[in-house]
Amino acid sequence: MNSEALHYHFDVDGASFANAGRASVETKKLLRQIGVSPDVIRRISVAMYEGEINMVIHAHGGDADVYITEDTILITLKDVGPGIRNVEDAMKEGFSTAPENIRALGFGAGMGLPNMKRYSDDMHIDTKVGVGTSIELWYHLK
Amino acid sequence: MKISEVAEILNAVVLTGGDKLDYDIESACGSDMMSDVLAYVKDQGVLLTGLMNVQVIRTLLMMDMNCVVFVRGKIPAEGIVEFAEENGVVVLQTKLPMFEACGRLYAAGLGHACEEMAVADEQ
Repeated sequence: MNSEALHYHFDVDGASFANAGRASVETKKLLRQIGVSPDVIRRISVAMYEGEINMVIHAHGGDADVYITEDTILITLKDVGPGIRNVEDAMKEGFSTAPENIRALGFGAGMGLPNMKRYSDDMHIDTKVGVGTSIELWYHLK
Repeated sequence: MKISEVAEILNAVVLTGGDKLDYDIESACGSDMMSDVLAYVKDQGVLLTGLMNVQVIRTLLMMDMNCVVFVRGKIPAEGIVEFAEENGVVVLQTKLPMFEACGRLYAAGLGHACEEMAVADEQ
């Protein structure tokens, strides 16, 4: 991202499931103020929200960053959690390693990563077991 | 269909958003799994759910939906209704179970908000 990018940073609180999604709600408001089209805003919101939920469920939180230029929006989600053992499996709809108590909260259906891919133009996952996971969600506005 | 009609059909109590009952909605979706709502719902509409946590409201906000119906007579904790109020979401509560609540709305002409589930076919 070049130096002219608008940058917003959010700490994703891993201690509280009730707080999961705050960064996505804030980002949605910011994108609305900037005048990004509603379709793009919804895709970004859903993908980022799933990412945030994942960070809280699996990785004790982390950092969410939003970079906006005239023609690109990049969301990065970084954690120092357990890493994803098998990315190919994790990308399958319905595959989940979330514990039963998370399913009772309405998540852990194995749709997190598939939804993030579905609702982004490009997604890059960099993960290492025992080190953490870093995900980039790219949106091309033009 | 107006939200007021939804409330009437479901004998629902309005917990917040009483000033928005004349909003039009065209579709509805019933689910306790928020990830499925995020995956499959494509049009703005009302969500019927038996799940009672603040993530229900965040899911609605992400999807630009403006009304939730809590089914089975469950009473949401106070923080949930307040959060919905702050964000302009209408909250209804009905004693009907999920199946009957969805059935009544469908029979009254409300369309579905979800894509057909294609997951099983792909595998």
